[in-house]
Amino acid sequence: MTVMPVVKPELSTKVSVRNLDFFYGDQRALKNVTIGLHTNKVTAFIGPSGCGKSTLLRVLNRMYDLYPKQRAEGEVILDGENILDPRVDVNLLRSRVGMVFQKPTPFPMSIYENIAFGVRLYEKLSKAALDERVEEALRGAALWEEVKDKLHKSGLGLSGGQQQRLCIARSVAVQPEVILFDEPCSALDPISTAKVEELIDELSQRYTIAIVTHNMQQAVRVSDFTAFMYLGEITEFGETDAVFTAPREKRTQDYITGRFG
Amino acid sequence: MSDHIVKAYDRDLETLGRRIAEMGGIAEKMLAEAMDALAAFDVALAQRVVLTDPRLDALQREIEESAILTIAKRQPLAVDLRECIAAIRISGDLERVGDLAKNIAKRTVKIVGEARVPRAIIGLKSMHDVAALQLKDALDAYAQRDVERARAVWSNDVELDALEDSVFRDLLTFMMEDPRNISFCTHLLFCSKNLERIGDHTTNISETVVYLVTGESMPTERPKMRVPGLEMEQPVDPPH
Repeated sequence: MTVMPVVKPELSTKVSVRNLDFFYGDQRALKNVTIGLHTNKVTAFIGPSGCGKSTLLRVLNRMYDLYPKQRAEGEVILDGENILDPRVDVNLLRSRVGMVFQKPTPFPMSIYENIAFGVRLYEKLSKAALDERVEEALRGAALWEEVKDKLHKSGLGLSGGQQQRLCIARSVAVQPEVILFDEPCSALDPISTAKVEELIDELSQRYTIAIVTHNMQQAVRVSDFTAFMYLGEITEFGETDAVFTAPREKRTQDYITGRFG
Repeated sequence: MSDHIVKAYDRDLETLGRRIAEMGGIAEKMLAEAMDALAAFDVALAQRVVLTDPRLDALQREIEESAILTIAKRQPLAVDLRECIAAIRISGDLERVGDLAKNIAKRTVKIVGEARVPRAIIGLKSMHDVAALQLKDALDAYAQRDVERARAVWSNDVELDALEDSVFRDLLTFMMEDPRNISFCTHLLFCSKNLERIGDHTTNISETVVYLVTGESMPTERPKMRVPGLEMEQPVDPPH
């Protein structure tokens, strides 16, 4: 049972997933998933562990390509182009669709290099322009004030929350269009979580965002739309306010209210 | 509704529901006794009604506090959130029902010495019959999460409004017949207004039940029965 998203006329769709199936070897992890991510909106994916939400996220920037025996069937249209097409340049794709993971993953290098590294892969910038880009990204990730005096110290010396914001800065630095967050706050304390949530809110002015979270309150707080996934299918999709106050499906209700399914 | 994984959560919500039922029982009893006291000019009974009110107020505060605590502790969502909000709303309405019944009782104490036209009370009794039945239905609808019953209460409120209009006319007649009736009849006029207000709170409760069960709000406009020549309120603009 796939619920078609209700797209309001004033919303444009940045990423359109159509009839997507995903396989880990023989195991089918996504079943006929159809959903649209609206431009400059935050879409949250919730559902019990193993329901396919992280898998779906990994398809959106073809992260799965790194692993043999994993394949996707169907279409993922980003601005009119099917990104599942083998001819698509995945490196370029990943600069357009950035990703932030559950655990902060800074490179073992300086704060400055953590950000400059990715930028250099895609663009040739002068030293001054690169400096500017690094600052802009760090400001964008609300980290600049905390690290501006130690840009050449190791990124690994930062706190967990700072490391996560560094990773967000790294995603932002290559000027993506879509940012994927895979449980970005599950390893963070409440203060760092609040900072990241504030950041997601700001970023949504400029980027289309998808976030996977196990924290229901976080989904309510940060997202405009929510998709509930179960056993590889999207079983409910709608405006977040509606999904969390009066969900249509009993399974969604049982899950978000902490009941036995 | 299946159970929560955290059993204490179920207990929190059950307690809220039980306390609402308790408040409902007290409010119903206060209303019935206030009207009995009025009909029989029974001062002792009227005073008992007045003394019951603090219990209702205390229960309302308890419900509010535990609903707020549940929200803080468990961050309820969907039907659980509506459960907490419904408890806060309904307890507020029931507390007001108690206040209005208490007001009838207080007026009874005042008019006992000057019961000039006892037949003037007959209309009020009819209003009470309707109001009490409506309140009972609304409380049952809450207890059984019965949307159909709640909707019926909501649409039946016109009856009470119509009765109030007719009581108003009767009392006006008594006052015109003999100005010495004015004080007595004015008190009764306020009592009829109180009964009509109780009807409004009952309607609120039924709206809350619909919201609780379905997550949908009732239309803001309730059905109104127009009595020609006796428009008590400004006509409401049609919805845009």
